[in-house]
Amino acid sequence: MIALEPYLDLIISVVYVVGIVLFLSLFALFATWLERKVAGHIQDRLGPMETGGWHGWLQPIADAIKLLIKEDIIPAAADKKLFKLAPYLVFIGSLAGFAVLPFAANLIGSDLNIGVYYVIAVTSLVVIGILMAGWASNNKWSMYGAMRSAAQMISYEIPVALSLLIPVMMAGTMSMVEIVDNQAGGFWNWYVFRTMPFSLIAFVIYFWASLAEVNRAPFDLPEAESELVAGYFTEYSGIRWAMFFLAEYGDMFVVSAIAATVFLGGWYAPFPFLDIIPGPIWFIGKTAFLVFVQMWLRWTLPRLRVDQLMYVCWKIFLPFSFANLLLVGLWVVLKG
Amino acid sequence: MISDFTPVVWMLISAGILTAIMMAVAIFLGPKKMTKVKAEPFECGIEPTGDANDTRFPVKFYLVAILFILFDIEIVFLYPWAVVFNELPMAAFVSIVIFMTVLMAGLLYAIKKGVLEWK
Repeated sequence: MIALEPYLDLIISVVYVVGIVLFLSLFALFATWLERKVAGHIQDRLGPMETGGWHGWLQPIADAIKLLIKEDIIPAAADKKLFKLAPYLVFIGSLAGFAVLPFAANLIGSDLNIGVYYVIAVTSLVVIGILMAGWASNNKWSMYGAMRSAAQMISYEIPVALSLLIPVMMAGTMSMVEIVDNQAGGFWNWYVFRTMPFSLIAFVIYFWASLAEVNRAPFDLPEAESELVAGYFTEYSGIRWAMFFLAEYGDMFVVSAIAATVFLGGWYAPFPFLDIIPGPIWFIGKTAFLVFVQMWLRWTLPRLRVDQLMYVCWKIFLPFSFANLLLVGLWVVLKG
Repeated sequence: MISDFTPVVWMLISAGILTAIMMAVAIFLGPKKMTKVKAEPFECGIEPTGDANDTRFPVKFYLVAILFILFDIEIVFLYPWAVVFNELPMAAFVSIVIFMTVLMAGLLYAIKKGVLEWK
């Protein structure tokens, strides 16, 4: 019998990480199915119905297998090293955010004391991967898509970071667990409803700007298929393309989970007596609802133009978040 | 502090390993019938012309990147302030207001100069 004691922490963290990776894969499979179902029903059709019998539930598995047995094509003109490296960067950037998501008080990869800051930092890693993919493909569509994507993601990063500042100001900490703990005891304590209406404005700005961060409609210009074919992953096929896709769904989960954590009370139930239902269910439920709203918006709203996109970010979201920040500061200072 | 980041490092490593495994499986399972036409860059079926990486870009992208750096660094300064500002005296709040007014004046100047006109 080997003494396990000294390695216990290591084993727990490895098991947790493997669990998160499995969770992300399952979530992405489920989300691709849900996306097609939502799209179908919004457009008054059924979506996938054949594979697996019940409402086509095996469709994502069939898709995954199809992607796995496709030929691995690298264009002759591409920069081969960067072309291969880009999916790694995008996927790592997406999964890194999961390390600080608090599924429950004890169910968190690492409760960093700079949690919110860390998330903002690692989600920007995706921009580098996308620029790399666009450049390495040596294709005009990829290049345009990557440039647009980079401009859009860095612009919208500012409103995202500014709106996340407001819960940080109210909680006085950047640790995810402490921020959630400050919102305990019913939905009226959630940060989205405290210091009305400022935090509600911050939540709305965060939600819209995060749609642009993850390149989702109505801000999906980088992959606008009617003008750019597929944007930065035009040249990618098979499993390399699947990594970009997986990363997009991972990012959708991360941004929604951050919103659920800092604005919607994380793992706490809306009413204290409902706290008998385990925290992770509330947390994943809130996040899944926000993911559903993202899909709903994608199939409802038309795409913006590039100039409208930049206008909304720099001339509406940015001044509003600044004013918001000062007003919350004033509120807290005057209240003592 | 170092040990706090251990799970984060595990997360990054496992993401890399998962990607590598999936790539390896796909390369092992997939067909390998490369042709000259298949390896061309995609340009809607027309024969590709020129080198895509020689394309010139409007200066707007560059200006947006500069503005981003300014505002991002400003946010880097705001985060530590936001964590402790409850315990700071009124003077700290006033100085942040002045700091942000200067930046807003800069944004106003950029807008007036037409930096953010994407036409």
